Amino acid sequence: MQRYFKTIRLFWSTALASQLEYQLNFLIEFLAMLGTLCGSIFILSLFFTEGRELGDWTWESALVIQGVYTFLDGLTNALLRPNLTEIVNYVREGTLDYVLLKPIDSQFWLSVNKFSFAGLPEIILGISIVFWAAIQSGSTFSLYSLFVFIISLLIGFVILYSVWFLIAASSIWFVKTWNATEVLRALLAAGRYPISAYPVVLRFIFTLVLPVAFLTTFPAEAILGELKFNILFYGLMLSSLFFVFSRYFWMFALKHYTSASS
Amino acid sequence: MLEYRIEIALWALSGVLPFIMFSLWSQNDVGNSFGLNDIGLARYFLSAFLVRQFSVVWVVFSFEEDSLSGRLSPYLLQPLHPLFRYVASHLAEQATRLPFAIAIAITFFILNPSSFWLPSLPQLFLAYLSTHFAFTIAFLLQSLVAALCFWTEKSSALERLIFVPYLFLSGLLVPLSAFPSNVLKVAMLTPFPYLINFPAKILSAMPVNIFNGFLAQFLWILILVPSVNILWKLGLKRYTAMGA
Repeated sequence: MQRYFKTIRLFWSTALASQLEYQLNFLIEFLAMLGTLCGSIFILSLFFTEGRELGDWTWESALVIQGVYTFLDGLTNALLRPNLTEIVNYVREGTLDYVLLKPIDSQFWLSVNKFSFAGLPEIILGISIVFWAAIQSGSTFSLYSLFVFIISLLIGFVILYSVWFLIAASSIWFVKTWNATEVLRALLAAGRYPISAYPVVLRFIFTLVLPVAFLTTFPAEAILGELKFNILFYGLMLSSLFFVFSRYFWMFALKHYTSASS
Repeated sequence: MLEYRIEIALWALSGVLPFIMFSLWSQNDVGNSFGLNDIGLARYFLSAFLVRQFSVVWVVFSFEEDSLSGRLSPYLLQPLHPLFRYVASHLAEQATRLPFAIAIAITFFILNPSSFWLPSLPQLFLAYLSTHFAFTIAFLLQSLVAALCFWTEKSSALERLIFVPYLFLSGLLVPLSAFPSNVLKVAMLTPFPYLINFPAKILSAMPVNIFNGFLAQFLWILILVPSVNILWKLGLKRYTAMGA
């Protein structure tokens, strides 16, 4: 276990050193992130004209959802995208062989080997929005609600990671998965809005098939102190299921790996 | 192109964002506040989806890859401007995307039968024309960023700075008529509303000032063509034939 923590530390300190060479990148990412945030808050505000509410959510509580989304998007940009979009290149160029030979778990190596520090401001800003908006909407934090919030964020992140990893792992067969990740991104963008704002069919899909609801709506409900306990329980089950499945899928995919250009 | 049918089907699917937004706007009865009923919203967003399918551009990513791997050098020796090579590959992929786009449109009509409409022939022609102009503007804008490849190795990161205003100001997420008037004024000064909002309005038979729209598209092309040309020539002097 300690070995894994040490490896992560080594990976990420090298990542920091190499990224400091491209300082302009940080600025570009930061500007793009601010632009996206302003744009989506503007679009959100269009739903609230003439004193309307969005699926029983007030303006302030809908901002909590935007905060959770921003936080998870930051994590995606910092950790998931740089790592998992590389898998397809390893498969295509045959360098996955070297990863498999390393004396460490291959899924672990492929998932944490990079870290993009340009995603950090987004993570911090996301969490700040969550707390600011939660206070604005009159939520009184308790140790219990903070605890449930952290657990539900974890649930959301594990599901997000597993879905990303599943798509990345399918590159063993398809070699090109860039477009599949684009579909995923487009669908996950649905998480910017509360799940109750969608028509019934989509609510069903976004809760059970592609559990977008567990990524943003439920953590937001948790910090607002409105999350039902059985949803938390259900989320724990679902996220474990997703994670175990991603693990098995990777093992299964490796059986079919035939190595390229070697 | 035909060898990567799954790829192209997935790409067509990755344009679902207008449909997600449509379900939100219509479910929450917001359309009326900007003068669109459910049928109008449905038609607008289906049109926005179709326009995007035939105007989406990825030249900066192909160009960056070619430039970094040294494949650009032989292209530069050929007596044809390398950008035309990318224009051709974009047009070819648009053609292969047509059947998927039609399939998605039919599915949409089955799910929302009341929104069915067929644009008249002149409307279809004008929409086709303006979508092509939209593609031209988008292509030129990205070529401008792609030309920066000559200065920096990571110009695709700069593309995000175009994509973000495109996402919010083009009308992909909401018809521009929903914007407050001061935001709308600023948005109309950018090229973005002419990339989705204008062609989609023609296609969905919404009232739109056709003359002004085409004039604006034409002006943007007029501004962008020499800009790309100048930046390209300046950049070429700095070209170091990386990776070759």
